[in-house]
Amino acid sequence: MIHLTIPFTEEKIRALKVGDAVEISGTIFTGRDVVHKYLHEGGALPSEVNLRDGIIYHCGPVVMKDPTGQWRVTAAGPTTSIREEPYQGQIIKDFGLRGVIGKGGMGDRTLEACKSAGCVYFHAVGGAAQVLAECITSVESVHFLKEFGSPEAIWELTVERFPVVVTMDSHGQSLHREVLATSTAALAKSL
Amino acid sequence: MIALQSSLVELIRKTSAELPDDVHQAILNSLLNEKKGTIAESALKIIDRNIVLAKQKSQPICQDTGSIIFYVSGPVFLDQISFETTARIAVTEATKKGFLRQNSVNSLTGVNDGTNVGPGSPAIHFHQHLAPTIEVRLILKGGGCENVGAQYSLPNEKLKANRDLDGCRKVILDAVLQAQGKGCGPGILGVCIGGDRATGYEFSKQQFLRKIDDRNPIPELDRLEADIVETSNRLGIGPMGFGGETTLLGAKICAANRLPASFFVSISYMCWAYRRQGVTLNPQGEINSWLY
Repeated sequence: MIHLTIPFTEEKIRALKVGDAVEISGTIFTGRDVVHKYLHEGGALPSEVNLRDGIIYHCGPVVMKDPTGQWRVTAAGPTTSIREEPYQGQIIKDFGLRGVIGKGGMGDRTLEACKSAGCVYFHAVGGAAQVLAECITSVESVHFLKEFGSPEAIWELTVERFPVVVTMDSHGQSLHREVLATSTAALAKSL
Repeated sequence: MIALQSSLVELIRKTSAELPDDVHQAILNSLLNEKKGTIAESALKIIDRNIVLAKQKSQPICQDTGSIIFYVSGPVFLDQISFETTARIAVTEATKKGFLRQNSVNSLTGVNDGTNVGPGSPAIHFHQHLAPTIEVRLILKGGGCENVGAQYSLPNEKLKANRDLDGCRKVILDAVLQAQGKGCGPGILGVCIGGDRATGYEFSKQQFLRKIDDRNPIPELDRLEADIVETSNRLGIGPMGFGGETTLLGAKICAANRLPASFFVSISYMCWAYRRQGVTLNPQGEINSWLY
């Protein structure tokens, strides 16, 4: 198990390979469909949201206010990443992302951006909202809550030993492309 | 109505936080089949831990608490109007309590008012039956798996699928291939052969009311169900699309009549977080028993 702390360096990200199990600690930002479209259309980020050398997490968490008025994440698994394929590559390059956490993998344009900019795709287990929420130790801030609604807002979360697997690395390798090729060939034999 | 409201809130809570035993058992069986030390095995272990944790904490198994679909069977004198009003209040209350995510978005304005109630949400399907009891079943179906549902019109030249059971098999397996990774596998298929475009999908979703380990009373569909699961599990797609032994936990298939001109095969995909529960209610609206 590899343990990485945010902010990442390009060197550490380049050292990762498809299949590596990683635990991530530090501060991450959620961002999903509305955020990606917004950024792609030239929308500005609040100054507190610094994605450089950090991570965007494709996630729309369940977040509740506890009796003291503090936000508490009660469920937080990944959402399907491929919907962000039209936007992700550009956002990786423009904002200096080193990692994307999501599920299901992404396409060729994101893979190319990972290669050229030094970024990786981390796969979290889809649906594992409780196991992953346990790794979120606090909510630091929230942005666009009113405008985008809770699942689509940018939540700044501190995570500890958040478990993921590298499924697309910065050397052009993608587990998703590999499994698609082998399963397509296997199906052809079964028909 | 107060009793009915609290019964429905409890049904929503249990559906969101507790996976039915038949589904959990199927996941545990698939864990035994997975090769040790692989990322597929490790994903299934996290899934198992997540199921236990969600029940313990009474919190959503998955943060996407999904489309809210009620199936209500009641006697002829059941007041559907007040049932629906109460169900909408129960959904709003369950959302406030965090059993449901604020998950319903106005498609024109993009506004999420945080109530989970709006046009089409929740969906409630009423059926009459001759018994005096009310049965309420609930399915919470997440968006990731809903997005990989597919409807094929036969013949399909590209897939060499003709208007017969073999053609149905080909398009169902194609849907499994296309869903890989995206639908949070290992998944469960609900399929309807026939119907029109709307009823086909509708009946395919109703298949999710069946238990994973039940058998189809129609022999050719029973054989097709077993064949789809067996063949899918030889494709090496595996949990989360990581590669591995278990791609599907089950396949449930029904057939509806069609027009001579139409031959649809409608496929709904359910993720491993297969949230399905049901209750019988007494005339006062209190829970008598659980159905799964």
